[in-house]
Amino acid sequence: MAIASRMGAQCSREALALVLVASTGGALSNAGAQEPAKVPNTIEQRMQACAICHGKQGEGIQKNEYYPRLAGKPAVYLYNQLLNFRERRRDVPIMTYMVAYLSEPYLREIAEYYTNLHPPFPVPATGASKAVLARGEKLVTAGDPGREIPACAACHGKALTGLLPAIPGIVGLNRDYIAAQMGGWKIGQRNAEPPDCMAEVAKRLTPEDIFAVTAWLAAQPASPDTSPAPAGSLQLPLKCGGVN
Amino acid sequence: MKRTVLLAAIILAVVVAAVLVLRREETVAPSPTARSGAGEIGRGEYLALIGDCLACHTVRGGRPYAGGLPMPTPFGTLYTPNITPDKETGIGNYSAEDFRRALHEGIAKDGSYLYPAFPFNNYTRVTREDVDAMYAFFMALPPVRQPNKPHEMRFPYNQRQLLVGWRALYFNAGEYKANPAQSAEWNRGAYLVEGLGHCNACHGNRNMLGAVKDDDVGGGLIPVQNWYAPSLTSNRETGLGDWEVKDIVDLLRTGVSPRGAVFGPMSAVVAHSLQNVTIGDLSAMAVYLKAQAEKGAPSEPLQVRPTEEQTSAMLKAGAAIYEKHCADCHQPDGKGVPRVYPPLANNRSILMPHPINPIRMVLIGGFPPSTEGNPRPFGMPPFAQDLSDQEIASVVTYIRQSWGNSAPSVSPTEVRLGRGVPAD
Repeated sequence: MAIASRMGAQCSREALALVLVASTGGALSNAGAQEPAKVPNTIEQRMQACAICHGKQGEGIQKNEYYPRLAGKPAVYLYNQLLNFRERRRDVPIMTYMVAYLSEPYLREIAEYYTNLHPPFPVPATGASKAVLARGEKLVTAGDPGREIPACAACHGKALTGLLPAIPGIVGLNRDYIAAQMGGWKIGQRNAEPPDCMAEVAKRLTPEDIFAVTAWLAAQPASPDTSPAPAGSLQLPLKCGGVN
Repeated sequence: MKRTVLLAAIILAVVVAAVLVLRREETVAPSPTARSGAGEIGRGEYLALIGDCLACHTVRGGRPYAGGLPMPTPFGTLYTPNITPDKETGIGNYSAEDFRRALHEGIAKDGSYLYPAFPFNNYTRVTREDVDAMYAFFMALPPVRQPNKPHEMRFPYNQRQLLVGWRALYFNAGEYKANPAQSAEWNRGAYLVEGLGHCNACHGNRNMLGAVKDDDVGGGLIPVQNWYAPSLTSNRETGLGDWEVKDIVDLLRTGVSPRGAVFGPMSAVVAHSLQNVTIGDLSAMAVYLKAQAEKGAPSEPLQVRPTEEQTSAMLKAGAAIYEKHCADCHQPDGKGVPRVYPPLANNRSILMPHPINPIRMVLIGGFPPSTEGNPRPFGMPPFAQDLSDQEIASVVTYIRQSWGNSAPSVSPTEVRLGRGVPAD
């Protein structure tokens, strides 16, 4: 305690709290030994547990599997996904396990932390044929009204950088990741609060559509301004749960 | 004018009541009365929290106490029943006596035997007064219409009448009898640990027929979940004998303590149940558990033992992996950061003969629960995607044999077995 109050004057409140914790803990376990180690009492330090897969800046990492980018996605979107994992609407056992007993205020803080990170986007993917790219571009920008497929841009914004408060951007993402999400919606492995509009859209897409859309999206250079479109700036073509 | 005011007051009261009821349906957090135990319903809610009824009788994302959770057992899968007071699908038709018979005798209202996954061998110790308070609480819950899922037990375990044999062998009915030679606090602890707390459901060693001795908290592998619930008595495992009561209470209330953090299924127990239990009751449990004399060493697990040569190679590789992936948080000297990153030196929860817990911790990492005393827990990354079986065996062996630790080495085969268990 004495150490804590001596240092308190020059420390921030967060650091003080940690010193308090650390010094009482140390006194109980090994009185007289050297001072216990300290770590910053920050959200960054707490999120080290996530960095191994999602990157130190939430940029996403390609390993054997692809771990998606979290950085810059709208906070409400990220928070909804954390809840979806916690309540098992999304079937990713390791994510459910990680967040199973974390409180809503803490999950909100985690979501806000990643929203405010802006690491650079990956280099756009190349290699798809012109025909595939053309089909992808058409679906993304205009949809296919004949099959009741709305354009991606109708909800995710003209610049495809998302729409506040809860719709994520879809450029700068890995192609495998987007394709995997589409598959997840089609087979019911990924769910959102009803009405689950993305599941409806994904079910209307053929594998060839998904191939084309993901190829075109992954080939787009991210625009310099990646901020999502302002809330209420688009009239959504479908009713979607959890986005308001 | 008076009428309008009265009407407005009534409308307001109805709205407030509706909001309260709705909120109660949505949230699984206990109401403030639960802690103080005000009134019979409040006392019943507190007791239901100690019993952690919610944990088994609720599915993820489902309505509290409406059941439906699959409980895989070595004998087939059970689905927990709806215990809200819905008359058709829940226990709305149970009288206080029916409810008592279920808890004390393990017999349903229709006279059928309940499977002992429902720990009536513990609940039989609960006093009549406490059972009645729990009944009052459950009857005051909002009824949820949700039909029970039929169990999927294999033959012959699907023949419930055969449970009569199991009961004759393993079930000792009867309320808790205080031990006059012990303090009131010790007796309260024993009452909670052996009764509602049903600690031995995990921390006891189940035999081939899934039975566990009434006072056995000597440790055991939890079937199917494949976490090893350490002995609460052996000094080789949790070693509670040399813990301060305060540290035990801290661990149970906040999920973290200077001696270590909860993980695996114990996170759920702290999150749903123990963080809401009064310090007085937690201290009583700690006093009782500390007083349990060593009742023989826990059984040695059957396992593949690496040779000395393999072990020394693993120790060398493990040291490098530890430095790269573990030392930033758990510190080069294995002492950790108190209440933030658990110590690994002399942390018995990872030094038990059975190595599954440290293996799975490295595979899937995890966070302790958010609790009032530790609302923003620090976490550990999973390493299953980054490290091979050989690398994980090496680093776990290194941890188990450094800084004065001297637990047996682990083999890559055991890591592979741990990989096969779903994280959730």
